[in-house]
Amino acid sequence: MNRTYELMFIVRPDMAEEELDKLISTLETAVTGNSGTVKAVERMGKRRLAYTVRRFHDGIYVLLTVEGGGGLIHELERRLRVTEPVIKFLTVRIDEEQKRLEKIQKIRAARKKTSVAPAAEPAGGEAAAVTA
Amino acid sequence: MAEETQITKAPAEQSSSEGPSRSEGPAPRPGPRGPRPGGAPGAPREGGRKYFRRKKVCKFCVEKIESINYKDVRLLAQFVAESGKIVPRRLTGVCTPHQRRLSTAIKQARNIALLPFAGRAS
Repeated sequence: MNRTYELMFIVRPDMAEEELDKLISTLETAVTGNSGTVKAVERMGKRRLAYTVRRFHDGIYVLLTVEGGGGLIHELERRLRVTEPVIKFLTVRIDEEQKRLEKIQKIRAARKKTSVAPAAEPAGGEAAAVTA
Repeated sequence: MAEETQITKAPAEQSSSEGPSRSEGPAPRPGPRGPRPGGAPGAPREGGRKYFRRKKVCKFCVEKIESINYKDVRLLAQFVAESGKIVPRRLTGVCTPHQRRLSTAIKQARNIALLPFAGRAS
């Protein structure tokens, strides 16, 4: 149940700021309603699209990071599909990736610590063998 | 245009060993390979054609970039050709696991209109 997702969606460029806020708060209530938590909301602003989507050349990008189960994403995507101003969305699951990154950073931190310590010869030797 | 001739030739080349197929005396062959990044190999002029071409290193391995995200378009755009195609790892020197992750990231970016499917990236 601890799946973390990143939901990026594009809103049509002629949408007002307040309507966008309303849309985001609707989504947030949907998240909490389906027993999830909103980790972060990031408005990436208006950007030029790489190709024309529904006859628009620009769009307002919004990135929503949520934590919850798969059913939550199902519900969110259903809402986004129905919402008229949203022209595109993409959901990516990121908890596995985050786990992997944490592991790498932990290994790096441990390696640095042992390489700094003077008497840690076997660990330092192992680290050197790994890097070689 | 020159790069396309290389790409179509590649499957045929790889079936045989790398050395003899690359040993081309005539002018048209070395020409397209000249402006490629990485510079000319060490000593191909002599008989030793089995020289391993320019040990190009994987950019991600060298700079220790762990996460290849679909969001950083500037990083991804370096590995995308003018036509929008993903550049093969023969030319960029990226190692296999990173190329796979890069490819997934580029496809995700294309889906969310950060990179084009075809045509110039604006």
